[in-house]
Amino acid sequence: MSSDQFQTGRLTQFRELLERSDAALVLTAMAAFYLLFLGIGAILNYDVAGLISILGQVTFFTAVYALIVLALNLHWGYAGLFNIGIAGFMAVGVYTMAMLTAPPTGSPPGLGLPVAVGIVGGMLAAALVGLVTALPALRLRADYLAIVTVAISEIIRLTYNSPAFSTFTLPGGIALGTGGASGIGTVPSNPVQAIYYVDPSSAASGTTPIGAAIFGFFEAVFGVVRSAVIVDLTYGLVLAVVVFLVYTLLARVGNSPFGRVLKAIREDEVVAKSLGKDTNRFKIKTFMLGCALMGLAGVLWQGFGTGAVYPQAFRPELTFYIFIAVIIGGAGSNTGSVLGGAVFANLLFLLPQYLPNIIEQTFSIQADPNNFIAAVGPIAAGEIAPLLGYILNQRLPALRFVFVGVLLVYLMQNRPEGLLGHRTETAAAVNLSEGHTAAEQTGSDLTAPEGGVDDE
Amino acid sequence: MSSESAVDGVGEDSAAINAAGDSGEEPPLRVENLRKEFGGITAVDGASFEVADGSLTGLIGPNGAGKSTTFNCITGVQEPTGGAVYFNGSDIAGRAPNAIVNRGLVRTFQIARELAEMTVLENLMLAPQRQQGEALYRSVLPPFRDGVIEEETELREAVWESLEFFEIDHLAEEQAGNLSGGQRKLLELARALMTDPDMLLLDEPFAGVNPTLEAKLLDRINQLRAEEGLTFLLVEHDMDIIMEHCDPVIVMHQGHVLAEGRPGEIRNNERVVDAYFGEQR
Ligand SMILES: Nc1ncnc2c1ncn2[C@@H]1O[C@H](COP(=O)(O)OP(=O)(O)OP(=O)(O)O)[C@@H](O)[C@H]1O
Ligand SMILES: [Mg+2]
Repeated sequence: MSSDQFQTGRLTQFRELLERSDAALVLTAMAAFYLLFLGIGAILNYDVAGLISILGQVTFFTAVYALIVLALNLHWGYAGLFNIGIAGFMAVGVYTMAMLTAPPTGSPPGLGLPVAVGIVGGMLAAALVGLVTALPALRLRADYLAIVTVAISEIIRLTYNSPAFSTFTLPGGIALGTGGASGIGTVPSNPVQAIYYVDPSSAASGTTPIGAAIFGFFEAVFGVVRSAVIVDLTYGLVLAVVVFLVYTLLARVGNSPFGRVLKAIREDEVVAKSLGKDTNRFKIKTFMLGCALMGLAGVLWQGFGTGAVYPQAFRPELTFYIFIAVIIGGAGSNTGSVLGGAVFANLLFLLPQYLPNIIEQTFSIQADPNNFIAAVGPIAAGEIAPLLGYILNQRLPALRFVFVGVLLVYLMQNRPEGLLGHRTETAAAVNLSEGHTAAEQTGSDLTAPEGGVDDE
Repeated sequence: MSSESAVDGVGEDSAAINAAGDSGEEPPLRVENLRKEFGGITAVDGASFEVADGSLTGLIGPNGAGKSTTFNCITGVQEPTGGAVYFNGSDIAGRAPNAIVNRGLVRTFQIARELAEMTVLENLMLAPQRQQGEALYRSVLPPFRDGVIEEETELREAVWESLEFFEIDHLAEEQAGNLSGGQRKLLELARALMTDPDMLLLDEPFAGVNPTLEAKLLDRINQLRAEEGLTFLLVEHDMDIIMEHCDPVIVMHQGHVLAEGRPGEIRNNERVVDAYFGEQR
């Protein structure tokens, strides 16, 4: 066997592995993204701390996007519930968490409760808002849910934004507040800090024994590395575990009689009802579960991830991003959702942030015209650099939308079902194919097949 | 397209027939003065009839007579404009379809409504009522999950038996949307039976089904009547099936019941001949 043949053999083996094992697929994709961003870090001459930081970012954004895309997939992919108020449910989750846990002496004041209470409270609040949204809308035609959710999402954002609730007093004399447009800056610190620091809210408080050991390890291997970078990477990894748990939960939901009814609702709700399923109850439960997960994603992303909560983070385009990600991954597939989240987070969210720097660095573009005429004019003289400089410096957010547009057009033409949407994940708690042999052995008394219809 | 030869005073006639058929015992299905209007069109116009326990009752009538609409109103798929529907003695008119199925009255659709992007197996697994795993917490939480798996294993067995009986077991893993027209009708009938009903409303279940299998299905229907006391109401355009298997036969025309009786009587009923058979020949 020549080494060429050997190589192709390996390659097909690997491809088969990817097709068979979702874990291998996701890990391979992640390895590719890590390599890509390490490469970017190298181009930009980052030091070790910078490289670890970029890996932390990749992990964090992949995880939070995967989480929220999984939640949307439960709504839209499984049950066909068209929720375009994702940002609002995330906001409810994180604001509730922040208001429950912020110190009473802070500005705005909170209730000072433990972080765990905040997380659970945030999820419950998001689920309840989901219930209130879904109850009236689900009885109507499917498109009403879309209208109601998008409206609720904006109402939520504007309410948090409103100065009226900046600080207010509950009937019992307890002061609370949303902070209005400037939000809540006193969000509890990221819980993994407790692993590293004696006082989780302050890096200056000294390190715990575990923290000392891990920081020491990084110092020994890479020289001095900023501790914050290591904490962030750890948080990213903790989020990856959360994604795994949520994935497992949703896979169970999907592979069950409950998930089967959801699938039926998506296909033809009248049929589901005509087979005795109380579809409204299924839809409401599903909607609430999805909203709770969206609330959780809000807490983990905007809460602990950024350390501050403000209304502008929950503009409708956030919802739009999540939909793009679910379309990329393929609606209906949980693994597809994780992949779609990863692709969006890395290629469409993070990459455009680094791209201008890379291009500027490699092509040493200095030009920075501040209007379109100045950017386009020099093309007549064969000068392309001003246009590039203009695009890179002035239109960075637009660049992301251009990428999104190109990718969507490509997907619609070449793979309308997304990366894994072609997959059919059977909705049952057992392998249904196995029943055949069993039924044959017991020898059904009803059957009198004319022969020749057996499977092979 | 309905015949113009409608006769006045039909309502009184059918009421008389109903009264004559009353044996005093509550029949599984009793429809009283059912009405359904769509804007200006009156699809069902005061239909009244009964279906006797354990019978295979035929429901015939020209195209557009209101048969499918009657089914829709009985099973809650459409809300009746007026009238009452009694199933096993309680009024079910206007109730949710799922509540009606839970009580044991299930229907099939004239144009098969398979769940296209679910496999044939999944379509059937969906049908059994009150599955443990339909409760979210049971499907998800470890202590209950075992019970769910056990139940799924039992259901799977029943589903395969059904698939073999209906001779679509070789399509088990196929997406239901890929089935042929006749196969879809079979799937639909198999699925309705999987709900373990007391009574079935079948809307042209044999359309596109080959004659051998059709005979086998009719045998099965008769067997279910005899052994399990199931009741069937069958919409069918094939007069041979109606005459040979159905008793009694109800004839609908322009939204109301034109006649009701034994197949022989129906065939010789002048109005029916005018309205229906006349059209057919
Ligand atoms: N959703 C609807 N909207 C408006 N009109 C309707 C609707 N459904 C049925 N109709 C009308 O009601 C009348 C009865 O229709 P229905 O489907 O009940 O007839 P049918 O007896 O089942 O006929 P066929 O033998 O052709 O199936 C027809 O004139 C039809 O056009
Ligand atoms: Mg019809």
